[in-house]
Amino acid sequence: MEKYVYIALFAPLVSSLFAGLFGMSKRRTFVGVIASMLLATSFFASAYLAYTVADTEKPIHITMMNWISAGDLVIPFGFVVDQISVTMMVVVTLVSTVVHIYSIGYMDHDKSFNRFFSYLSAFVFSMLILVMSDNFAGLFIGWEGVGVCSWLLIGFWYHKPDESTDVNPSISPSWAANEAFIVNRIADLAMLVGIFVLYWNTGSLQYDVVFPALSSLDNSILTTVAIALFIGAMGKSAQFPLHTWLTDAMEGPTPVSALIHAATMVTAGVFLVIRANPLYSMPDVSEVSFFIASLGTFVAFFAASMALVNRDLKRIIAYSTLSQLGYMFAAAGLGAYWIALFHLAAHAFFKALLFLGAGNVMHAMHDELDIFKMGGLKKVMRGTYLYMGIASIALAGIPPFAGFFSKDAIIETAFNEGTLVLWGILVVTAGMTAFYSFRQVFLTFDGDERYKAFDIHPHEMYKFVLIAMSPLALLAMIAGFFQGSFQEFITHLLPNYEMSHHTHELALYLGGLVLLFAVGGIALAYKKYANGLVRNEKLENGFIYQLLKNQYYIPAFYAEFISKPYAMISTMLWKSVDMKIVDATVDGIAYIFYKGGDKTRKMQTGNLSNYLNWMAVGLVMMLLVATFYALIA
Amino acid sequence: MIGLSHYLILSGLLFSIGLMGVLRRRNLLMLFFATEIMLNSANVAFAAVSYFYNDLTGQMFAFFIIAVAASEVAVGLGLLIVLYKKFGTLDLDDLASMKG
Repeated sequence: MEKYVYIALFAPLVSSLFAGLFGMSKRRTFVGVIASMLLATSFFASAYLAYTVADTEKPIHITMMNWISAGDLVIPFGFVVDQISVTMMVVVTLVSTVVHIYSIGYMDHDKSFNRFFSYLSAFVFSMLILVMSDNFAGLFIGWEGVGVCSWLLIGFWYHKPDESTDVNPSISPSWAANEAFIVNRIADLAMLVGIFVLYWNTGSLQYDVVFPALSSLDNSILTTVAIALFIGAMGKSAQFPLHTWLTDAMEGPTPVSALIHAATMVTAGVFLVIRANPLYSMPDVSEVSFFIASLGTFVAFFAASMALVNRDLKRIIAYSTLSQLGYMFAAAGLGAYWIALFHLAAHAFFKALLFLGAGNVMHAMHDELDIFKMGGLKKVMRGTYLYMGIASIALAGIPPFAGFFSKDAIIETAFNEGTLVLWGILVVTAGMTAFYSFRQVFLTFDGDERYKAFDIHPHEMYKFVLIAMSPLALLAMIAGFFQGSFQEFITHLLPNYEMSHHTHELALYLGGLVLLFAVGGIALAYKKYANGLVRNEKLENGFIYQLLKNQYYIPAFYAEFISKPYAMISTMLWKSVDMKIVDATVDGIAYIFYKGGDKTRKMQTGNLSNYLNWMAVGLVMMLLVATFYALIA
Repeated sequence: MIGLSHYLILSGLLFSIGLMGVLRRRNLLMLFFATEIMLNSANVAFAAVSYFYNDLTGQMFAFFIIAVAASEVAVGLGLLIVLYKKFGTLDLDDLASMKG
């Protein structure tokens, strides 16, 4: 069984190294094909492991080698394949296989084709380390690894010049990449602190040692750890107030957005909370858990509201990712870990599909992303229209598609816990989700063909790309039916969460209400946008519209109150401290030696007699020193 | 009665004369003479110390130095001849091609 674990884990690494060999040479299709095949291998191994784990109901725990062994600190390279990690592995490898195949078509004309595959596979490897590690140190390595790959891939087109924020809110790919990396570093600091506190108090980083030891820990320590780890999760999963990087990360190539910034990496925060469920479900940290649920609900609403008015195809989907991550945190915070994981998996399928569809549109529209300039694309892009329609229905939560089951379960959980405020917000957000998803679909594919004014001739994506996307479409449609069996599978490890009898009776009405909101949202979007774009100047210039359009002025706030003062302090320190003290000292030392050498150069007269005189002087001085020491001794 | 210190003073004087020669002379040949004087001052000291301490090692060392000095002079004089043939002078003030 070990063999399959290693195949699943290392096939992406091999793929990355192989593609890396051709990193600097010209585009070669076989690099993409071999990378995709290795990823598929990894997927089949993961699927087999999932089958085995489900069959035997026992986790597979292997230790590859000892990594750090110093004093009492022992950290092995150990991997655990249990119900949680195997679910993540299957989702990650499946989506990444599809994305790899998709990229062969999407990156067809890019001169850095080979480099792209190298980064993409390296990301998958890091993500697998993250989910499979049996200790917090390994998790952290994977955590940083996916961060680096995310940075590399957001800034993949690093050569694009900077633009002003009016033209492009994320300025340039390299700017967006740096923003993502720096924001994540801030969060990672908190996470490191959490890990240190855990080690300090339990003496280990292994999950199976740490979690049983939690019950003997102090209340304040538990709270500190819970908060610190959650801040780490907030950074990676882009929760408020560290959310700005995710929409800017859309500067990366679309397959990257689909894989990293929708389906897998950003869910790592949710994964962390789920993995640390023994910690978060302790009564001592119930306030932290409730905070997680509240923040998740807030972000769900907050992000959905910004998606309502955005005109950028990819940014709308990015906001919807944020919003759905909020749902997952809401579920995890309320203790329904398995529902969070279920939504994570279902979301990964339809969100990746949605992004890949958006990539097709972008490809067809020659990198134009403004949905106000599209419309009527369904005539030329039937396949993509179908896929994006399926994904949007799933996202909006219309039965029997996947999103309905998972999202409805979360909303039901909020009701079941008696947190009616959260429940209300989540229900309203479900309506908003439906509205913005279909606003985007209708504006892109229906109505008048506005793109003609811009002299764009759209064309459908390659056939094999559309075929490669079909597994995601299938799963977006049917994943919901596996809710029952997934619950049975996962609750061997995660605490079960069942609705109370009371909720169960009301479930039909609750589901109906959510559905009503969702259908209402779609109907509203249809009415407003399906027959062409009618712009309402008064509404668009209104305060609320402008507020949402400018993302609640949060990026502007950060720029004004964090970036600018920081730049000012940095400039000041550079000019006064660095230039005048540090550099001056170093330059001064160099100057002394240079001048000393320059002055004493004249000793080198070339005249032997002079040299002999100097030699005599040296001899006399040494004699004097020797005499001096002889005398004092 | 002539004692050890007399020999050592003589040796010291000879060394000083040699040193002054090394420092003041400008002619390479004279420099050679001066270094020979310094070497022989050492020989005097060795022989004297050896005699007064009844230890033959010092005298052996003196012979050794004489032998080395002889070979050194042979090589050195050869070099001087080459140098003279090349530059036509042995004056150190004119031989300053290594000026930095």
